[in-house]
Amino acid sequence: MSNSLMQKLEILSGAAKYDVSCSSSGSNRGNKGKGIGNSVAAGICHSFTDDGRCISLLKVLFTNYCIYDCAYCINRRSNDIPRAAFTVDELIDLTINFYRRNYIEGLFLSSGVINNPDYTMERLTRIAKELRIKHRFNGYIHLKAIPHASEALINEAGLYADRMSVNIEIPTEPELKRLAPEKDFNGVLEPMSLIKNRIIENQDERKRYRGVPLFTPGGQSTQLIIGATPESDLQILKLASGLYQDQKLKRVYYSGYLPVNLRDQRLPALKEPPLVRENRLYQSDWLMRYYYFKADEIVNEKHPDLDLEIDPKLSYALRNPHLFPIDINRADYEMILRVPGIGVKSALLIINARKYRRLNMEHLKKIGVVLKRAKYFITCNELPAHQKEFYPEIIRQQILAKHTTSRSKTIQGIQLSLFDNNLSLPNP
Amino acid sequence: MNIFIYDNTFEGLLTAVFDSYSLKIIPDILVSQKEYQDYLWANKFEINTDICKAERVWEGLEKKLSSKNINLPFRIFLSEENDNTRLLFDFIRLVFDSHHNIETDYGNPVILTARQAERKVLQEACRMLQFVRFQKTGDDIYFSGITPAFDVLPLIVRHFEDRFADQKWVLYDMKRDYGFYYDLKGITEITLREKQFDSSNGELHSDTVAENEIFYQRLWKNYFDHICISERINPKLQKNHMPRRYWKFLPEKRL
Ligand code: SF4
Repeated sequence: MSNSLMQKLEILSGAAKYDVSCSSSGSNRGNKGKGIGNSVAAGICHSFTDDGRCISLLKVLFTNYCIYDCAYCINRRSNDIPRAAFTVDELIDLTINFYRRNYIEGLFLSSGVINNPDYTMERLTRIAKELRIKHRFNGYIHLKAIPHASEALINEAGLYADRMSVNIEIPTEPELKRLAPEKDFNGVLEPMSLIKNRIIENQDERKRYRGVPLFTPGGQSTQLIIGATPESDLQILKLASGLYQDQKLKRVYYSGYLPVNLRDQRLPALKEPPLVRENRLYQSDWLMRYYYFKADEIVNEKHPDLDLEIDPKLSYALRNPHLFPIDINRADYEMILRVPGIGVKSALLIINARKYRRLNMEHLKKIGVVLKRAKYFITCNELPAHQKEFYPEIIRQQILAKHTTSRSKTIQGIQLSLFDNNLSLPNP
Repeated sequence: MNIFIYDNTFEGLLTAVFDSYSLKIIPDILVSQKEYQDYLWANKFEINTDICKAERVWEGLEKKLSSKNINLPFRIFLSEENDNTRLLFDFIRLVFDSHHNIETDYGNPVILTARQAERKVLQEACRMLQFVRFQKTGDDIYFSGITPAFDVLPLIVRHFEDRFADQKWVLYDMKRDYGFYYDLKGITEITLREKQFDSSNGELHSDTVAENEIFYQRLWKNYFDHICISERINPKLQKNHMPRRYWKFLPEKRL
């Protein structure tokens, strides 16, 4: 363990990069009494890596040594890779010095499991505690809850963290057991439920008594690996939807599987990560969180997988022609949100603006509606003007034809709005 | 043809609104002294900036606009674009001339354009919160030299004051040659006479910079490089989020 700090950072950030969570949102920790930093509810991205992902936090592992051997993980014990571990002081020094230079919003600390879950969780907790108490650090702290760690440790960690996460990784239990024989769903769901209940209790206590310390005010998140195992999008979105509803998660992240352990027979030999599918899942996730869609409106037994060619909202509209066209000047907000080509921002502008005057296509265009898409699904005239027949297959072809030339651009354009976590999105 | 000439201050613009009501004239052209050219057949009105008149217009706005939009006029003003001055003038008059609150009447081009202009300014302010980078000087001041597209420093200093309350810092707009200095107690507006930095990218001269500063920049760059997943390289997406014009200020992109 005599690596220089530079080398350690290289190893332990390289080992953390597959955790795609980047958000620093959901917490509003003030800077009382002139300590270091604060947290702003919307979160801030301070840089973007060459792969286009947001850097908001210093995301590192405490150590990449691990006693487990999960097939999909680069850090599993059977891999022959350079290993390292930070000291507590090194990590604190890095966090604070990066923070003071406005490089980051805070720390996202995870770890391989060393000795046993409690030992590891205890290390992570201690770092968060020192940052908060000794260094009066009010920046964002995201801590990983180590599966099977004791209740007491998780309770303590939550006092210092803004967000906690336990990664499910593999969306169904039998598949998880096949790839990570030492793991099970319980090990993940137990700490998750524990944190959920503590958060609810804490919010309640804080309403009733003054001075109750915060418990994980930014809530919880988790990550699912996509494409390493054969689950359908229906299974994945059902799981995600349950996590939002029952476990009250703030975010579910989807990580397109990257074959990090090439020769493991239990895993598919993908040439490249399933990026389009991953993107479609994020879009669906957004539909559930901001557009009032239910999972089974996006995918169902008949259509268990997302359409890779068109986005899930368009796909929904084409499968439900009887709901369209809608009248922009009358339809309610939730229905306007369902129109392809109209996002949250435009929908809000529309319902505000139509109080003053009847809106026409020209207005909509200026407001920012993508008419190329939306025009098939809306009317602006009061009179039931001559309505062209609604042929989903033709609309699909027309919209696709416009996009084939700039297909890659479209995908990136969509991702732009997905990872843009600092601009004017309604809070979940 | 009527021309209003004002002194390019926010108060001057508000005074122009006041005068336009008292003179009962809507100017055909509204320009700052700097940009004024002689027009042969024009009626010239030199607007004398008057704090009292400006205050009265402001108070009127406070009554007419919701708290959410009360800062919209000033934000648009910070965009420093001539078209926007006119837009702002029209916007304020429109607000006064309407009996009810019209701030969300986005079917009206003036209201919609005003909102869009405001959002552009706010976006630039937001980008500053993202991409400002401090370098530590030998005497423990954290310095950042930047050139925002609009004059947004006034919109962002509060954020830095709250956040970096226990360190001295300077935020300096190198294009407009002014900045703010926080000395642990409060913020003062400053203009630096001697520039101890490279004014193209804000980099501190080597005799000004703290001893370990470069070390942390290298660590940061090292982190930046290794947190990237090479199988997913996507320069276009990166540039969408982080336009090229900011790169020269970022150690992770400059080093
Ligand atoms: S426990 Fe975590 S770090 Fe260890 S091998 Fe499994 S996934 Fe990787």
